[in-house]
Amino acid sequence: MNNPQLNKHGELQHLLTTEGLPVHILRDILDKAATFVDVNDGREIKKIPLLHGKSVFNVFFENSTRTRTTFEIAAKRLSADVVNLNIGSSSTSKGETLLDTVDNLCAMHADMFVVRHAQSGAAHFIARHVAPEVHVINAGDGRHAHPTQALLDMFTIRHYKKEFHNLRVAIVGDVLHSRVARSQIHALTTLGVPEVRVIAPKTLLPAMVENLGVQVYHDMAQGLKDVDVVLMLRLQNERMQGAALPSAQEYFKYYGLTEEKLARAKPDAIVMHPGPMNRGVEIDSSVADGAHSVILSQVTFGIAVRMAVMSMLAGTKA
Amino acid sequence: MSIHIKNGRLIDPKNNIDAVRDVYITAGKIAAIGKAPSGFVADRVIDASGLMVVPGLIDLAARLREPGYEYMATLESEMDAAVAGGITSLACPPDTDPPLDEPGLVEMLKHRARTLNQSRVYPVGALTSGLQGQELTEMAELVDAGCVAFSQADAPLTDTRVLMRAMQYAATFGFSVWLRPQDSFLAKNGVAHDGEVATRCGLAAIPVCAETIALSTMLTLARETGVKLHICRISSAAGVEMVRVAKQQGLAVSCDVSAQHVHLSEMDIGFFDPNCHLIPPLRSQRDRAALRAGLLDGTIDAICSDHTPVDEDVKQLPFAEAEAGATGLELLLPLVLKWAKEDKLSLSDALAKATLQPARILGLDAGHLSVGAAADVCVFNPDAYWKVEPAALKSQGKNTPFNGIEVQGKVRFTLIDGKLVYQA
Repeated sequence: MNNPQLNKHGELQHLLTTEGLPVHILRDILDKAATFVDVNDGREIKKIPLLHGKSVFNVFFENSTRTRTTFEIAAKRLSADVVNLNIGSSSTSKGETLLDTVDNLCAMHADMFVVRHAQSGAAHFIARHVAPEVHVINAGDGRHAHPTQALLDMFTIRHYKKEFHNLRVAIVGDVLHSRVARSQIHALTTLGVPEVRVIAPKTLLPAMVENLGVQVYHDMAQGLKDVDVVLMLRLQNERMQGAALPSAQEYFKYYGLTEEKLARAKPDAIVMHPGPMNRGVEIDSSVADGAHSVILSQVTFGIAVRMAVMSMLAGTKA
Repeated sequence: MSIHIKNGRLIDPKNNIDAVRDVYITAGKIAAIGKAPSGFVADRVIDASGLMVVPGLIDLAARLREPGYEYMATLESEMDAAVAGGITSLACPPDTDPPLDEPGLVEMLKHRARTLNQSRVYPVGALTSGLQGQELTEMAELVDAGCVAFSQADAPLTDTRVLMRAMQYAATFGFSVWLRPQDSFLAKNGVAHDGEVATRCGLAAIPVCAETIALSTMLTLARETGVKLHICRISSAAGVEMVRVAKQQGLAVSCDVSAQHVHLSEMDIGFFDPNCHLIPPLRSQRDRAALRAGLLDGTIDAICSDHTPVDEDVKQLPFAEAEAGATGLELLLPLVLKWAKEDKLSLSDALAKATLQPARILGLDAGHLSVGAAADVCVFNPDAYWKVEPAALKSQGKNTPFNGIEVQGKVRFTLIDGKLVYQA
């Protein structure tokens, strides 16, 4: 089976997941993103013409203001024409199939699709059906993958910790339902992080999760001991209905990140969260706004990382 | 019409024959094996040199999609597919729309099938009205109309009291109950085996205990009620072991597996191949090995196609949204042969799982080529390789995980009641 993300030259054709991406491509994306951080921060003119004349379609079958906005900013800074489509509220409710929607968008001569969909595998599905010159970026599919989030997390980790090979990283929370966690795990293990931990109650961990290359902890005090990086996950409210958890209060007590629990980590540990945060559910405000938190840096770097991915894809021929 | 099938290698599991023997057919029945009966004059001679002559295949689960789902497949298309696959008898599950829960519907289906003059169709009636799991159907009436067993197809029956009553009632008349073991709560929203692949792909999972818990309930109630229980589409190692133990304890239980599950595992889902979205889910490679071991030691009696033709529009969707199921009638024989080759089984033992054994489960005197038996025969070329090309399949359903795979064994002639209904 060919890797559906790579073209026949082994270059990035689509970004669908961090799983199975060669480490040199991951590093290329991070290096490229570093060159855009200056564009975002330092200079007065924030536009560069790498995607001039290209059309980027943000196709969101599931609502997301934040992720869509960062993709939009990234594409605009690369001088692309950006079209935002919230399909969730139009075509599919009129009975149009996903394939018809994709065909129609292709007919509008898009160069790049940024896709979010509630179903795992939707981005792979769309990538399989688009014209060969069209690139697909997965902006989140079901529980499966959210590669740009994971890449911006890797960028943030590298920014603060410089290296990956000497780190201990803990991912805390609802791994079972999290596309972010899956993408983080693959990216971390590919980049050579020797110890990746997941910390969660058993109801929020998928079967055989250890086969992804992680160590499983159910106790925060043990799991956070001596870690360099804490990656918090968002807890959806509906988990309380599905009998996965008794209450948000109990969850916060045992798995919410507080200063007290964070004290188990290394003194220079960083705390990250993909947002939007549920303060007082998975993370205490004092930690979210505290000295260890690099959550706002993640947002800033997110734009640079998305610019990097888009510019790399635009330079790839089918 | 008299037919002489000459020079073929006859494989008849029941009569323990695996040798080059001529077959003589008169008046729809096997007139003689080996030597022509006196005065036999063939109207037609089929030269089966280099071919195998076997009992017509019997499939325990073939959805013909009528009534109700004619946009997915019709009786005409699927009956064509059946004979092209060498299948001469098939049982169809009651999950039509409306479900097969009234004698009139069953009679209509039988009548429609008869007029097509192809494979014999054996409807499996709904165990409960509308497959709702609440009220019993008129089982005795349904049997009079032509039903051979009763089933919930893939619809849940969560009320154990209803299940027990249904089994008691069926046992009263000696009817068989066919059930697929799956706890509907544990399987809720699930689309893949609760293992490595579902975890990696982020697919909602169905744990093995969904099968074993339901199986435990079924086996307990079968013991309690004395009903003839047939377990459909077993999928897990733990499930196979439970059936094995039940059989050792003398319970009258039989069991089948789909041809897909004999060959595939969760790994075949790959990058979300919707054709691998099946019911039950493809499980781990260890489970698949246990299914094969279960076939070998007789725990699993039969292999069925679990034929489920699905419309492209509802199959070409992201994995979880894609309608589950695979088209299978034309692949049953090649997949049985492939299994025999891989597990180094005699063809006779392998073919018994798709001829003699399913006939026993159906309570039919079929699946063999004894003198006097109905001449339901499949003649195939065991050496012909062919690539599975969905467009070339006769079934209206083009959905198969074996798409593009090369298989061995091509049906050349299919006879039902001594009439040639297919040749290629």
